[in-house]
Amino acid sequence: MAELDRVEKSSHSLDKSITLPPDEIFRNLENAKRFAIDIGGSLTKLAYYSTVQHKVAKVRSFDHTAQEAASDKLYEISVQEEITARLHFIKFENAYIETCLDFIKDHLVNTDTKLIKATGGGAHKFKDLIEKKLGLKVDKEDEMTCLIRGCNFVLRNIPHEAFIFTKHADSEFRFQNTHPDIFPYLLVNIGSGVSIIKVESEDKFERIGGSSIGGGTFWGLGALLTKTKRFDELLQLASKGQHTNLDMLVKDIYGGSYGSLGLTGDLIASSFGKSATTDKEFSKEDIAKSLLHMISNDIGQLACLYARLHRLTRVYFGGFFIRGHPVTMHTITYSINFFTKGEVQALFLRHEGYLGAIGAFLKGAEEDNPNQYSWGENYAGSSGLMSASPDINPMQRARSGTFDMLEMDRLERKLVNLPLLEDPSSYVPDTVDLTEDPLAREYWLFCFEDALDGVVKRAVASQPDLPEAVERAEKFRQKYRHKLQTLRQQPFAYGSLTVRSLLDTREHCLNEFNFPDPYSKIKQRENDLALRCYQKAVAALDALGWEEKQFALVRGVLAGNVFDWGAKAVSDVLETDPEFGFEEAKRQLEERPWLVDSYDQWLQRMKGPPHKCAVFFVDNSGMDIILGVMPFVRELLRRGTEVVLASNSSPALNDVTNGELQILTETVAAMDPIIQAGLKEDRLVLVQTGSSSPCLDLGRLDKMLTIVVRERKADLVVIEGMGRAIHTNYFARLSCESLKMAVIKNPWLAERLGGKLFSVVFKYELPAPPPAAPPMKEEEEEEEEEEEEEEEAVFSPQGAPGVQPAPLRRECPEL
Amino acid sequence: MALNGHRGDIEVNNDEDETPTKPLRSAREEMTPDDPADEPAGGTATTGGPGASARGASLHRPGTTRSDSLRRSRPPFPWFGMDIGGTLVKLVYFEPKDITAEEEQEEVENLKSIRRYLTSNTAYGQTGIRDVYLELKDLSLCGRTGNLHFIRFPTYDLPAFLQMVRNKHFSSLHTALCATGGGAYKFETDFRTMADLQLQKLDELDCLIRGVLFTESVVVSDPSECYYFENPSDPERCEQKPYGLQDPYPLLLVNIGSGVSIMAVYSETDYKRVTGTSLGGGTFLGLCCLLTGCSTFEEALEMASEGESTRVDKLVRDIYGGDYERFGLPGWAVASSFGNMLTSEKREGVSKADLARATLVTITNNIGSITRMCALNENINKVVFVGNFLRVNTLSMKLLAYAMDYWSKGQLKALFLRHEGYFGAVGALLELLHPS
Repeated sequence: MAELDRVEKSSHSLDKSITLPPDEIFRNLENAKRFAIDIGGSLTKLAYYSTVQHKVAKVRSFDHTAQEAASDKLYEISVQEEITARLHFIKFENAYIETCLDFIKDHLVNTDTKLIKATGGGAHKFKDLIEKKLGLKVDKEDEMTCLIRGCNFVLRNIPHEAFIFTKHADSEFRFQNTHPDIFPYLLVNIGSGVSIIKVESEDKFERIGGSSIGGGTFWGLGALLTKTKRFDELLQLASKGQHTNLDMLVKDIYGGSYGSLGLTGDLIASSFGKSATTDKEFSKEDIAKSLLHMISNDIGQLACLYARLHRLTRVYFGGFFIRGHPVTMHTITYSINFFTKGEVQALFLRHEGYLGAIGAFLKGAEEDNPNQYSWGENYAGSSGLMSASPDINPMQRARSGTFDMLEMDRLERKLVNLPLLEDPSSYVPDTVDLTEDPLAREYWLFCFEDALDGVVKRAVASQPDLPEAVERAEKFRQKYRHKLQTLRQQPFAYGSLTVRSLLDTREHCLNEFNFPDPYSKIKQRENDLALRCYQKAVAALDALGWEEKQFALVRGVLAGNVFDWGAKAVSDVLETDPEFGFEEAKRQLEERPWLVDSYDQWLQRMKGPPHKCAVFFVDNSGMDIILGVMPFVRELLRRGTEVVLASNSSPALNDVTNGELQILTETVAAMDPIIQAGLKEDRLVLVQTGSSSPCLDLGRLDKMLTIVVRERKADLVVIEGMGRAIHTNYFARLSCESLKMAVIKNPWLAERLGGKLFSVVFKYELPAPPPAAPPMKEEEEEEEEEEEEEEEAVFSPQGAPGVQPAPLRRECPEL
Repeated sequence: MALNGHRGDIEVNNDEDETPTKPLRSAREEMTPDDPADEPAGGTATTGGPGASARGASLHRPGTTRSDSLRRSRPPFPWFGMDIGGTLVKLVYFEPKDITAEEEQEEVENLKSIRRYLTSNTAYGQTGIRDVYLELKDLSLCGRTGNLHFIRFPTYDLPAFLQMVRNKHFSSLHTALCATGGGAYKFETDFRTMADLQLQKLDELDCLIRGVLFTESVVVSDPSECYYFENPSDPERCEQKPYGLQDPYPLLLVNIGSGVSIMAVYSETDYKRVTGTSLGGGTFLGLCCLLTGCSTFEEALEMASEGESTRVDKLVRDIYGGDYERFGLPGWAVASSFGNMLTSEKREGVSKADLARATLVTITNNIGSITRMCALNENINKVVFVGNFLRVNTLSMKLLAYAMDYWSKGQLKALFLRHEGYFGAVGALLELLHPS
């Protein structure tokens, strides 16, 4: 129910002895406002809103009619200061609260904040201290409301927030896709007692039940029975114990399994049943283990009964009983699996510990209306999930003195999913989950580490006028290297590890050290170069026969896509051979049949009626966009197809940004009447994706883009490049025609896909035929069947007295 | 009222003034030393088999009013039903009171000795108890009239019981022993090797339900088998009242033994086990033993009756200063069982009795809460609680009655049965008499 309001007094002695690096923890305090604090039984969570000033690269077209035209460059690059909003959340032990408050007070300038929102059982205890130290008035908020608000916020804004826990799998955490509609769900908060809350919308939630048997029962009974005072120690004891010494199992009553009823002998028939009849001493470990099973099973059972009654399948567990403890996540998971026969999975949250603080913050920030924006986890500033396994990382389980941080950037745009996804709820952008694939993980981590020197060099080179860039680049190197090391040990730190998340983390780190666009100059030069070849290239294409031309257009896109500074194999070539040209790239291309080759089907399709509207997710600057994509777009326009060019909102590698693409397209239009007409007639539009990633998450796109897609009734999606069509979206199913084109510029990946360097993927797909509309009645019957199954799932088989699960011994040798 | 198929055969004669004996306060106090070796050794098997002769006797008896068919289907005496649970063994024994002189003469010594032993004692060995107050007198079963006796002993004393069975040459009687409960499976071999007895193993839930419906139907009045608590929310006015279970279906049957099983019953043969919990009577006693050093159920209950759970548990008002109105939680509700025991200071401030009380309240409320959820899920508004956890445990019964009433806003009725823990054994006996 409530957070525990007791702290072991001894821990206060640590208070002053610790030296913090607080400036790395409480960042951006200068402009901080809207403080909120959640004080639990042992941990304090502080939240504040701040602004971050950082550099952004902007492009501006030269006015070629004016004198500026002296410059042979197409556009001007400028670095501007931009202010963006960021949320900071910091978690630390209550013991440091005074030190932390002092630090905040000393650094808090420019703030007109008068109030601090507070929640959690410990809030009243520290009220005076907070008011005295910070001079802010403490305003208490309802705990449950904060919890729910926080939960909604993380579910909505962090794609891999929820996970299931599988103790003995390769990776303990299996991240779940957040359903586009997060409601309704059940939140089971296991504090000292248990509250079960049904959440139906942002503002509509209800405590539908609860139980007094919760974390406080484990702790209180555990302390009485084992003379062990600390919660963590009790869990430690439990992880070493044997519950079968105290629990009466089915086999203790039946002599074996209750076979006819399908109950295994290992199920617990009566918790602590043996301690009533056996006159012997029991070990603390065994007692703690029996207690843990008893309580976890009981909570799991109640959660299932409530889930069933309210017909909910998404059940999240939180509260201090759960908070990152592998032991309790395991037993709760086991219990839920048992009682629902796997129909319902116990879900846990990466930022569960922050929910109260986030919620309290949101309550205090209502006038800024944070919920009208989309927010993104900043990988550079966030600590990430720690390993739950003490074996993997013993240091990190010793919480003392550690600070955990979460930073969320306010995104400029509201992000939603592409309406053309076949099934948004099952869409997974990433092709390979590196969390689950140790070989691939090893390779890519190595790959990114190996490429780090080059990135640093590029970053320095991008700011020749700033001498301190070298130093900053070095800081970037350290930061990113550290992240890679962390990810090596905790691949699940930011959700599933993927090539995309590795790339995004790098972008976040670069931005953190004010390298907003290391490739700006390269992009500029290559765009210029490519533009000069445009007319000649188009003329050459137009000289071809129809069928030859179609093939040449596709080869053009593919050849253009070879120019990719994100791929080491290519950047090495481009670095050593600046003359490496478009024709050379074409020669490098694989001959048909390609690795993935549905060109014939595409050609057939092109012989047919034009598409209504194509959405083209573009990739690189330079040859790629100008000599590859533009002629292809031109052909589509000529056929009468409208084209939506979707490009990144902010820079990532040498990918063309929306700002650049505006200028490029206008320049091309000046040379090309078809493009010109397209723009003029609004049949060619440029929209931004809302992304600044070299990859593409079709589940999080700029809302404007999705509106355009819907309005124009887009019936073709073209995705180009390795990052967007292979690392991500390779398996994405769309409800319209789709074309995925890429050249594989990584030897390892090529080999994995059964090809070689510069192998071509040309994947043209039709949507799954719409299911033959079944009569309503059949659907209903199906539903009924499901319900019946559900019924069976919740009931354990008939027979033995009160039977509850206990993980088998071999399953948890060292819980 | 056609509760079950046995109705026609069974009548209870309540003419005699049957004042129930007071429940025993403590099993230990009542125990009388009883050495099986003192028993008359006359039980030596006679040649030809006593079972056969007993049957013969019954067949040759002239002037019998009982129908031949009944006689033929009737098993030979002795009639037992047994339920071997995780903690207790429950035994019901039918003592025929209508033995004719001829029968008496033909009755083998072993059979007599068993009857005499069981009916003349109220305690057996160190731990066996006959619950005299539950005895059903002048019960008509299978055309015979007699008394039904209710006996229990701890499962750990089963070896002593088997030894006694062996000493009394029970196997020479060639009767089937119908047994249910997990122990029927676990100890099957022991019965065979130690006592030369072949068990007829029966499903415990089948037996339980059969036993409940049968007992409820034969005990018609005073004291009524089924009862409830009136005014459960008012301790001053809370009163036990008889309840006529004329229209029992559907009902939720909650059997609280060592663990708990919850069944939804729609007719005698149509029922399902809804769920169960391992937090049952065994958990109460087990935790109490660890927390207080007590060793018997009676001791634990005694302590609990003197304790105060609110010193141990954290209540809603301990956190919110009163009701948690946002969620409609009253201040007196327990927010966290044992939630006050996190500090050594508070741990030192509670007595063993407080701990026993808190354990009882925790386990009982949890059963109540799971039961209530099942009732909602199954859409049933009548709950019958049985099982030995409720024996001499008015505290838990009133708590359950109150919890059902309060949290369901009066929609759910908690019912209890006098023969609490014996229904499985009764069901086993019925199986002997009327194989299904």
